[in-house]
Amino acid sequence: MSKNIQWKVLTVIGVTVLSVLALYPPQEKIRLGLDLEGGVHMVLRVQTDDALQVETETAGEQLREQLDLQGIVIASVTATDSTTIRIEGVPQDRDAEFRQTAEDQLSANYDRQTGSPGIYNYVMRAPVESTYRDESVRQALQTIERRVNELGVAEPIVAPYGVGGDQILVQLPGVSDVDRAKEIIRNTALLELKIVEDGPAGSREDLLATRSGVIPPDMEIVSGISDSLNSSASVGTSYYLVRRVAAVTGRDLRNARSSLDEFNQPAVSFSFNRDGARKFGDVTGNNIGRSLAVILDGRVQTAPTIQSRITDEGRITGNFSQQEAADLSLVLRSGALPASLTYLEERTVGPTLGADSIEAGVAASVAGLLAVAIFMLAYYRLSGINAVVAVAMNLLILMGFMAYVDAVLTLPGIAGLILTIGIGVDSNVLIFERIKEELRSEKGVRAAVASGFDRVLLTILDTHVASLIAAAFLFQFGSGPIRGFATTLAIGLISNVFTAMFVSRTIFETLLSRRRVNTLSI
Amino acid sequence: MSLFQKQPNFNFLAWRWQALTLSLALIIAGVAVLVTRGGLPLGIDFSGGTLVVLEFSGSTSEDTVREALVSVEGEKIVQQYGGVDANQIMVRLPQTGPEVGTSLEDGARAVRTALNESGMTDFEVVSQELVGPVIGQELRQRGIQAFVFAMLGILVYVGFRFRFSFGIGAIVAVAHDIFVTVSMLMFFGYELSLNVVAAMLTITGYSVNDSIVVFDRVRENLRKMRRDRFDELVNTSINQTLARTLITSGTTGFAVFALYIFGGEVLKGFAFTMIVGVISGTYSTIFIAASIAIFITQGRNNRNQSVPLAQKASKVQSKSKRRTRKANAS
Repeated sequence: MSKNIQWKVLTVIGVTVLSVLALYPPQEKIRLGLDLEGGVHMVLRVQTDDALQVETETAGEQLREQLDLQGIVIASVTATDSTTIRIEGVPQDRDAEFRQTAEDQLSANYDRQTGSPGIYNYVMRAPVESTYRDESVRQALQTIERRVNELGVAEPIVAPYGVGGDQILVQLPGVSDVDRAKEIIRNTALLELKIVEDGPAGSREDLLATRSGVIPPDMEIVSGISDSLNSSASVGTSYYLVRRVAAVTGRDLRNARSSLDEFNQPAVSFSFNRDGARKFGDVTGNNIGRSLAVILDGRVQTAPTIQSRITDEGRITGNFSQQEAADLSLVLRSGALPASLTYLEERTVGPTLGADSIEAGVAASVAGLLAVAIFMLAYYRLSGINAVVAVAMNLLILMGFMAYVDAVLTLPGIAGLILTIGIGVDSNVLIFERIKEELRSEKGVRAAVASGFDRVLLTILDTHVASLIAAAFLFQFGSGPIRGFATTLAIGLISNVFTAMFVSRTIFETLLSRRRVNTLSI
Repeated sequence: MSLFQKQPNFNFLAWRWQALTLSLALIIAGVAVLVTRGGLPLGIDFSGGTLVVLEFSGSTSEDTVREALVSVEGEKIVQQYGGVDANQIMVRLPQTGPEVGTSLEDGARAVRTALNESGMTDFEVVSQELVGPVIGQELRQRGIQAFVFAMLGILVYVGFRFRFSFGIGAIVAVAHDIFVTVSMLMFFGYELSLNVVAAMLTITGYSVNDSIVVFDRVRENLRKMRRDRFDELVNTSINQTLARTLITSGTTGFAVFALYIFGGEVLKGFAFTMIVGVISGTYSTIFIAASIAIFITQGRNNRNQSVPLAQKASKVQSKSKRRTRKANAS
């Protein structure tokens, strides 16, 4: 009999020691949620339509170029929406040829739809569409991850989120300048270098004056802040007529870093990868004397004249502060976002609130524990000590386990700790009341204790399972802080079964095994 | 020490109509408040919107802040937040329409700009919550789903471990607790936030806890005192577990009360919900869960037909209520 008890006591001590080890030192071992540490939590939606639009427009452009090469003259090729290409004015006599070309170019991803004579609509196939959407979300995720890593935040989280497949969760613990972080994340950073055909001009009309107001099909108008060094215009908006297809884009960059321009103003220098260097060399070599527009997110930053063939480096100048230049190079390095991002949700907790919340939580826990302890001692006398020890151990095991599995402690999670105190006491009260009843039936102390525990086991299991069901649904429903609550509650429930049934009982049995006891202080 | 000198023997069942009346009164009071307010007071988690908590270096009144924010669009709520000496003001703005580009943050930015422009520059943004309509709606749906499934889960579990009628009794008790809690929340001016809903889900677990303890005793007594009438047996079981029920409510009550007092502003709604839930849970365990189980069982005994259990339980519940009402009236 006493060997049995020895094992039990050893188990209890063993578990206690393990918990303490897992927990020490508490500042490092316990992972804090955003609401306790401070930081920002954002849910972003990737506008996948943007990415589809780019794909469709590009496919349309390629078709047009091909038709040009074959000499087939059509009225227009436009992307009427993000998944449809519309070709109008196909000449009757070259219809078959056109269809063949279009099939070659587009049939992989687009289906032809019947329309009126001379008009063709090509619609993106559904599986292709969903692949592109998923691709763009994945790319956006990776790009954001790269940018977030460069921000230097400790333990950031960038992950897919929610139903619908187009939401991304970003959590940045301990971030102080939230606005800057958001700007960096959200910046589309699409860099395109395009040859300038005409411009800069003060207005669109001026720009198209020599072409009778018509924009040639392979060109487009882009605006930008005019270079104050530019001879013609003063500071204001300038318009450029550029070739539609970019000579090089951000994808061809190898690196970007902040530097200084010839006036010692902050600027961004970028260098190309092999492919990019080759393309850049070709473009600059073939267009000496023309201007090359550096377009960032659809706005012309600068349009220097090409003096000679360049392959290695380019530079963006403008009115950058040092921070802006650094941020822009960061963003260029990480690559462009395939689609724009919308913010769906944002929660920021300042660092002081986090610390205050921890303080408040600890204060409440201690107060709760004290109140409960005083009551248990008063009502159950010496057995009350047993209950208090069991409850305290429960908290210890709970925290130790959470530290061990790297579970996150949130503010509601601290509330969960306090509830666990309540649950722990609940179980002990159940046991003690049962023991009292058994004592009344004059069984003798040891038998009454044993019988009390045995009778109560099923009830405790039943109640804990019911609460675990509630906790499971809480986990499903919640996110972030509430998940932390559900986790804490669930672990607390499970460890409570151990402390209430095993630890409490072991304490009783140890104390009762020493000598004959006639009455129990309960 | 003992709560009762000898085994208590209150006749709870005799009081069940009064008890139900009281519950109904509380619920009606809450519904009245709901109607006059025009709907459930939803926190921004569910309705979308902007919530900014600002801490000023010196004490500032709500009115000063409200004046400074006159230029900010939308129906604003400006309230003191936290303790009197915390110097914190909470500003809440409604959802400004479908999210397009940066509109989610416009409100928060406008608040900061307006304050700076009116000269109140020494403040710190303690916390900021911006919830767009998409997320708000998702959370609403998820919340309702969670409740429905939790109730079902509990029904299945209790029905499986004890009897189906007990399962119904447990669910009715839980539903009662939820209604009473929502009523009290509205009465005292709390709004439904994520934390509050989490607390309500916890209460479902807690309320069932209590009911299970009674049902467990009933099950045990059924084995021992087969010959007693069912309702008397249930009454005895409640009395036997009374000390335990009251004490655990008391101790859990202590714990959540400590949370309410010391736990900080963020958890106030949560703590309040828990306190109401604990009290209501005790009450519903003693007066409601068991009563429902009795209704169903007695109704089933009176009918004595071989109808599938589930159908019987629901049909019988309404029929036996009518019958007992007639019996009580005569």
